[in-house]
Amino acid sequence: MHTEPLLIAGLIEVCRATIAANSEHLCALDRAIGDGDHGTNMQRGCEAVSAEEANLSSLPLPDAVEKIGLTLVMNIGGAAGPLYGTLLMEMGRELRAEESGGAFPIILKRAIDAVARRGRATAGDKTLLDVLYPVQDALAHRSRLSDIARRAELSANDTAPMKAMRGRAAYLGDRSIGHVDPGASSCALLTMAICRYLEENRPE
Amino acid sequence: MTTTTVNVGIVIVSHSPLVARGIADMVRQMVGDSVPLAWSGGNVHGELGTDATGILRAIESAWSEAGVAVFVDLGGAETNSEMAIEMLGSPRSARVSICNAPLVEGAVMAAAEASGGASLSKVVATAEELSP
Repeated sequence: MHTEPLLIAGLIEVCRATIAANSEHLCALDRAIGDGDHGTNMQRGCEAVSAEEANLSSLPLPDAVEKIGLTLVMNIGGAAGPLYGTLLMEMGRELRAEESGGAFPIILKRAIDAVARRGRATAGDKTLLDVLYPVQDALAHRSRLSDIARRAELSANDTAPMKAMRGRAAYLGDRSIGHVDPGASSCALLTMAICRYLEENRPE
Repeated sequence: MTTTTVNVGIVIVSHSPLVARGIADMVRQMVGDSVPLAWSGGNVHGELGTDATGILRAIESAWSEAGVAVFVDLGGAETNSEMAIEMLGSPRSARVSICNAPLVEGAVMAAAEASGGASLSKVVATAEELSP
């Protein structure tokens, strides 16, 4: 489909711009319960993907998504690298396997499960999974894009009262309570940006 | 390397290049050249962080047919090491273990054990005995 390269390039750019605009905010969240580098790590990853945009947008969608995942793994440099990387690499593989009519909510569910295995985390552990699972649920229920975005935003806020069970924040125990998880926050920001972009540029 | 190494290899992974290199120096002082040893510290730019491809290179450089024991500091070091092991691919990936052990003591104990020709499972068990 001739719209695919444009879609890939557009999504890469909105994700890069969103992370760049929120980098300092994500670092501030991470300073509270982690090591303070989530914003700069995500920015480094997104910029590396952006630098390869021309090459990526010439690939078939599954290959592009998988390659974006690998680029994130190699460039983010924190725990978020293997987590976001696994999400996209797995999504790419599933897209390829399901090319003939695979349903995206199922593809996304499998990719999220792979992230959960990689991080040995489950829902409620105060991680990006606490945004990914609700987003997937909204998608599976055919929610409107604006509702999916809203669900992502609310889900990230809902990580504040949770106690961190994984990652650096888990060392803080009860003191992690009351802070929004940086990974959940970046995940919500990206989801919101993607939903907004798709709403403005419907692929159909 | 043209000679076949029989001792288990040791890889040190830390968010800090200084920490990783410092521990590797300590291990080297303990066991000399009898154990294949490599370290990876910092992200792709050498700043604090970890780097899956850097860890992969370290595993390949410390590769031994007897296997490789990997020692990690915090969260991301572990997930990035798992990623690196996947990238290494089978069958070699089955012969790499991430040890749940303190970084300094674990690596030194494991290297001492490895220098005596112990198997990967024995090397890992010795290091993991140090964990509470």
